[in-house]
Amino acid sequence: MSELEQKPAAEPAVELDISAPLIAAPKEDSVLRVSARTATILLVFTVVFTALMAGTYTATKPLLDASALAEKLRAIDEVLPRSAYDNDLLADYVQLTPAKALGNDDVTRLYRARKDGKPVALVLEAVAPDGYAGRISLILAATPDGRLLAQRVTGHRETPGLGDYIDPKKDKNKARPWITQFNDKLLAEVTPAKWRVKKDGGVFDQMSGATISARAVTNASGRALAWVAERGEKLFALPSGETLGE
Amino acid sequence: MGVYTEIAKNGFWKQNVILAQVLGLCPLLAVSTTLVNAVSLGLATIVVMALANLAISALRAFIPYEIRIPVFILIIAALVTVVDMAFNAMLHDLYLVLGIFIPLIVTNCIVLARVEAFAAKNSVGASTWDGIMMGVGFVWVIGLLGAGREFIAQGTIFSGIEMIIPGIQGIQVLPESYPGFLIAILPPGAFFLLGLLIALRNWTEARANERAKARLRQQIPSAA
Repeated sequence: MSELEQKPAAEPAVELDISAPLIAAPKEDSVLRVSARTATILLVFTVVFTALMAGTYTATKPLLDASALAEKLRAIDEVLPRSAYDNDLLADYVQLTPAKALGNDDVTRLYRARKDGKPVALVLEAVAPDGYAGRISLILAATPDGRLLAQRVTGHRETPGLGDYIDPKKDKNKARPWITQFNDKLLAEVTPAKWRVKKDGGVFDQMSGATISARAVTNASGRALAWVAERGEKLFALPSGETLGE
Repeated sequence: MGVYTEIAKNGFWKQNVILAQVLGLCPLLAVSTTLVNAVSLGLATIVVMALANLAISALRAFIPYEIRIPVFILIIAALVTVVDMAFNAMLHDLYLVLGIFIPLIVTNCIVLARVEAFAAKNSVGASTWDGIMMGVGFVWVIGLLGAGREFIAQGTIFSGIEMIIPGIQGIQVLPESYPGFLIAILPPGAFFLLGLLIALRNWTEARANERAKARLRQQIPSAA
């Protein structure tokens, strides 16, 4: 061992320069004064470091907003190619209050893609509440008649290497990831009763040993499609920025 | 032996935060599911430890002993938040992968332990170096644990590297038909493997001690 002090418990308080004057303080330094001084120092530290965080937040805010927007667009690009629409997608939306069919707890936005002014597709978020390890968030692109163009998992905590194949980035089948079997499926054609995994008597594959994840995603997308099909073209008719309740 | 060499040795092996001090198990067990995840968290931890030790050794004259712990926690939490935001803004793609790990560093008691045991009593230079080397000690152990768990569970190594360096793929070491061994990737597997690593360290230390004693006995036969 050198002159360096290593053991936290073994070293008494007096090692710190600042504590020495406190301990050796003259009698008139009353408990009250010491406490007031200590409290002031703590307050100063709190103010200084809060200011540091606030400063960093202000400095990084524009960059963060830009990346959040880019991220949103990137998620949408996964389910709906840019060539499919020509309107400003992020500006053409309907606010959705939490709906049981979509599983959302927060207000979400339903984006409306149009080409030459004609409705093309709806992009919406849905949540499967019954994943193996909690909620699975989805983003879906669908036509008003209930045809699922594509869907992607945007957030989940399924078991790595087992249930996480629902995310194509983790799917071992790179050529034809599991989630792509939903592409271009019409709910009315598959029928709601068959919009399930094969194990439940439906038409969609699941991986053996990890059915729960697949079932959660399949059922959540089925519910979301039924919700869309029920409202149909009405969703396109609403003025942008309107709020739609359940 | 120089002070800085000794700090490096302590961080890397002698007082290794995991193998010798067995600190910071929460992030260690949670994140060491793959090599890439483990090393990513480790690198972020090095940054935070170096910054925390730097800040606190520089400010130590102003921190009253009685309230040092709340002040340390305040400083560490503020630094982690700043690193988190800066990371998110400047290296956004990498943040998408590592982002979830950075707030976890606050829960890592290694940071507070080093600040309390070292940075509060030593110079700025030595403290920063201590933060870095303790972080390095953390990285290699968590990396080894991550690699071991990933290999046993999936038969791969470096899986997920494409999220950090695009264009590079993880390596399938065992044949595709390897059925996997799920427990390695679940928390119990982490405990088993960590236990083995600590046992291995204790064994090498015990052997080194034996040898040193034997040498001593040869030099001074009467002492035995």
